[in-house]
Order: sequence, then structure tokens, then C-alpha cells
Amino acid sequence: MSESALRLVWVYPDLLSTYGDRGNVLVVERRARQRGLDVARIDVRSDQPIPTSGDIYLLGGGEDRPQRLAGERLRADPGLGRAVENGAIVLGVCAGYQIMGHEFIDDMGQRTQGLGLLDVWSTRGEGARSVGDILAEPDPRLGLPTLTGFENHQGVTHLGQGVSPLARVSVGGGNGTGDGTEGAWRDTVFGTYLHGPILARNPSVADLLIKLALDVSALPPADNTWYDALRAERIAAVQQPAQ
Amino acid sequence: MLLLGGIGRAGRLSASVHRRRATRMPANPEPAGPSATLPPRAKLAVTAGKVAAAVSRTAGRGSGSVIGGKVALRLDPDLLRSLAENLDVVLVSATNGKTTTTRLIAEALKAAGPVVSNALGANMPAGITSALADGSDARFGVIEVDEKYLVGVAKDTAPKAIALLNLSRDQLDRSSETRMLAERWREGLQGTEAVIIANADDPLVTWAASSCRKVVWVAAGQAYREDAWSCPSCGGVMQRPGEDWFCPSCGFRRPQPHWALQGDHVVDPQGSGWLIQLQLPGRANLSNATSSAAVAAVFGVHPQIALQRMQAVQAVAGRYESVQFGGREVRLLLAKNPAGWLETFTLIDQPPAPVVLSVNALSADGTDTSWLWDVDYERLVGHPVFVMGQRKLDLAVRLEVAGVHFQVVDSLAQAVAAAPPGRIEAIANYTAFQQLRRDVRG
Repeated sequence: MSESALRLVWVYPDLLSTYGDRGNVLVVERRARQRGLDVARIDVRSDQPIPTSGDIYLLGGGEDRPQRLAGERLRADPGLGRAVENGAIVLGVCAGYQIMGHEFIDDMGQRTQGLGLLDVWSTRGEGARSVGDILAEPDPRLGLPTLTGFENHQGVTHLGQGVSPLARVSVGGGNGTGDGTEGAWRDTVFGTYLHGPILARNPSVADLLIKLALDVSALPPADNTWYDALRAERIAAVQQPAQ
Repeated sequence: MLLLGGIGRAGRLSASVHRRRATRMPANPEPAGPSATLPPRAKLAVTAGKVAAAVSRTAGRGSGSVIGGKVALRLDPDLLRSLAENLDVVLVSATNGKTTTTRLIAEALKAAGPVVSNALGANMPAGITSALADGSDARFGVIEVDEKYLVGVAKDTAPKAIALLNLSRDQLDRSSETRMLAERWREGLQGTEAVIIANADDPLVTWAASSCRKVVWVAAGQAYREDAWSCPSCGGVMQRPGEDWFCPSCGFRRPQPHWALQGDHVVDPQGSGWLIQLQLPGRANLSNATSSAAVAAVFGVHPQIALQRMQAVQAVAGRYESVQFGGREVRLLLAKNPAGWLETFTLIDQPPAPVVLSVNALSADGTDTSWLWDVDYERLVGHPVFVMGQRKLDLAVRLEVAGVHFQVVDSLAQAVAAAPPGRIEAIANYTAFQQLRRDVRG
């Protein structure tokens, strides 16, 4: 790997990799390479230390038990926190999102401490599980088009003053707090309930992560033909579920 | 068929269709079998089920086995238990390979007596009940069971043997996670009298089986390992040197196998090797045959005899079938989840053999297509690939990221017309596979 490579860290694929979250890693890697960047992909299993020198960190989803185990091991490892202090970019999906907050409910029904990287806390929803396609309008400051994805979670995530909602839901459950918010972000740390995976359905989010990592405002264009076709199809399907 | 006396044409229609479908040997000298000695309520339930099945078939709604079983179970909730009472029951469960292995075991056990089986893959209680109601002269009931229903069916049917082949991620938006399934198996099978035939190379299966009293361990291999890195017992990170595996945190480790798949041989507990010669392709089927030989041995069928009989099995419910379509040879391959796709990629013809991929996302498939990203489509680099099915655009993005050259098409006919020479490998998930079978029949 060269010194100038984009260092892409996949946190705990042995615990936090479900619903195709691996796709987020593959999409960032592909889109960075298409822009002529070298990519050093670092898969960190949960018995290994988290490197502090990564540029982009991805945390996927996991069921209740792996989520608890991942939370315990990440709390015992200062690596991710230091990386964020150094300005690293982090995207956490579902269980990965909840772990980044102050606390979540574990597989034994206990309130469990998270990493506190985002000012959010998660509880277990009383109602039906949120499962299905989701559409949401992102925070305008992020300059992103409509987000499309697939959600599948029982958790409800409450947002504190220190974060902004990532998006406002038009179809689906999102954070499940009844206020229509979905996900949360602050500076370079992002959390979301969108699988799909999110970056395959929303390549502009992958590009945003790369731009933030490089500290640039634009990237060379990439061919989005198939992404755009998929997005159009999913957005139309969600808006007309009867067809 | 003593049950059909008074129910007229519907019953006879039902009986004739059943006779073609049931996996069965000719006349059995012993008056055994599931429905020979049923209590009156159970007989009524069987009859009602057959009428309902016949009505469903007449209406063009498939084989009718599931609706028939549902009607019958409503009239007599203990029917499955009654039907199983006079059978030596073998249950087969797994994420992948259930249908094929059920068929292989059924063939092997025919060496020892008549067999009844849910050969068409209707693997929930209603379908199982319906299949058993057909086997009035059978000695063995070889039953494929959906993973989520295994414990309940095991309680109802008092099996002599249960084969547990593998567990990995499958349709996550509707079924529970794999470890939860393993835990349900572990708790539910703990007190069983059955001999468990379990894959020692699959940590989740091993964990599920290791609380049972009588276990025959089979080194049947594990190709897809992404759900097996976390110790099912303590959550430690599994170590996997070579074929071995163990958890350094709690000491949970691979048991010493009694049977093993080595290359294309089954090695039995005495250390003798027996060549597997199947018409079915691929490593996964060698693995299925190994487990099947171990099951057959529980009933006294020698591995050589068992394997000889398995050789007769061709396409199972259309899987692996080569057909002529549009003047070309097309092989139909079913792959429903990441482990299944991985096994399928290892058996297809080398590049530049053309490959057709078809993916749907109906409820039987799972409506979330995220799993596409857990499949190593990178392995298709070098093949000309054609994508179709309801979710062809999801596939297109997946293949674009994998760096695979592909063409999006609307139909199998279009793919076949555009495909370069060579046998066409058509790989599809559940309902897309059924659609392909309809397409090639025209």
C-alpha cells in the first residue's frame, strides 16, 4: 500500500456484517478506485485492535448478541475514538449506529453503554418492527439527493442536542421516535438505519464520505448509469407499493 | 388405499396423482405404514385433506399438498403424530441442501424398505402431513423440515434420526438470525431419542447438536464461513487453522468426526473409503451424499449400497437440470442465499461459459435484496453474464461494483439469443428459479 492510499477500515466484519453491509465497503472501495485513488482496505476482526490512522471507518448491522459483543470490545479499545478525534470519517448502520450512541438495549434486555461518539441513545420499540423500503430527504446542508434504502429494526433512537437528523422520512420508520427523523450526524460521524446497502442505493453518500476524507469539495465524475436506474426503480416502487 | 372408499372422484383423482408423486417401493410384506392403523378422527382428517388437495389441483393451484395438509391438521391437530407412529422417521434440516439430501437418503433407505417422503420440498407441518398421508405401505418416512419448524416436527414425529447439515444466513428480513436458530435446535433437541447426524465442520450445527446424547459427527465440509467467526457458545473469535476450528476463549472445538468426505470419497467409521458417483454436480452434493451415507448406516444400509442407490438421483425438483431452450443447452441452478451461491459458483463451467442470473424479491425469496452484497459475484469475472428477474437492477449495480461484464435482459429467450457459444448456466433464487422452469417449458 502506498502512503497516499485511502485507508478504509471495516470494523468487526465477524460481528457487524449483516443485511449486506459488506456492500458499503465494496462501494466505497470501487468508487474511490474509479477516481484514481489507491485504497488500502483494512478488515479488523473483533480480537484485533482498531487502527487510529484510518480515513473512513464503516460499522455494519448485527443482531442483538453480536451488537453487545461489538459494543463491549469497542468500548475496551480506544482506537475508534482517537480516530474520530483525528478527524476520521465514520458511518455506522443499524447496530453500528446504536453502538456509536450513549446507550442501547442488549440481547438480555439491559441498557448497555455505547461509545458516545454521537449524542443519541437507543431503546427498544414497543410497536411492530420497522421492515421495508424507506425513503428520506437528507439534511440540506449535506447536498445529497433523496435517500433510498431498506430498514429492518426494532430499535428506536432518540437524538440529543449534539447531533442533527441525517434525514426526514417520507416512507418508512427511520429513528422510530414519531418525529419523522432518520439517522443522525455531527461533523464527520454518521449513523443511519438504512440498509440496502445504503451506499449501493445512494452512491452520493459514498462520494460524500470520500470527499470528507480527502477534504475536497468535488470528485471526478463516475458512471452512475446503473445506480441511477436502481434508484429510480426503488423510489417509484416505494411510492406505488400496490404495483 | 382404504381411506378412499366413500369419497368419490375427488378422492380417486387425488390417489392417482399421489401415486405418481410419492417416493415408494412396490408391495411391502409387512402391514406397517402411517395410515394403516389410524384412529377414526385421523382417518377423517386424512380424507378431508385429500379432498381439499384435489380441489386445489383442479383449480390449477399447484400440487395441493399444502392446502390438503392444512385442512387435515385443522380437523386433527395430532394427525402428524398419528401418521408418524408406525414409521421409522428421518428428519433433514439445514439452510441449504435439504431437498436434495432428503432425496438421497430416501433412495438409500429404499434398500431396506419402502419409503415415503415429502420429495417436492413442502417442508412445513402441513406439507409434511400431506406427504405422510400418502405413504400407507411405507416403513421409512424421510422428511425435509424447514429450519424454523424442526423442533416441533421432531416432537410430533419421534424420529429415529435427524440430519443437521449446515446453518448460514438466509432471508434475514423474515427469519431469525442463524445463531438463534442454532439455539432453538440446541434447546429443543436436547432430550431427543433420535440419533443426530451432524456436520462437525459447521460450528453452529455442532453447537446445536452437542447437547444431544447420540451424535454421529460427519466432516462434511463448510464452504461459506462468514456466519461462523463468532463462537456460538461464548462469543469469542473462532480460530480456523486448516480444516480444524476452535474457540480460544471457551475451548469449544470441532469434535472428532466419525464419517468424513475426503475428495470424492466417503470415509466410514472403520476407515474404509467409498467412491461417490453422483449425477448431481458440485462439492455440496458430495457433502450431502456423505451425510446421507451416515444416515443410511443408522438403519443398517451399507455405505456401498447406499451410494450406489444415490447414483440414480438426477435432477431434484428441477435443480441442476439441463434443458434445451432456444436451440441451446441451459442448466438450471438454484441458489437462495450467500452459501448457496458460493457452492453454485464452484460447479459452473469455466469462463467463457455464458451465465444467466435471475433474482426476484417476492415474499418467498425475502423482500430485502441486501444479501446480494454477501455473495462473491467477483467470481464471475471472465464469464459473459446476463441479468434478469424482478431485481435485475440490484444485480446490475452489484456486478458493476464487482467489475463483472454484464448485459441486462428482459427474458431468458433474450439472454439465450445473445449468449456466446457454450452451455448456458442459469442461476436463480427461489421464485426466479420457478419462473425459469416455466420459461423453458414454454
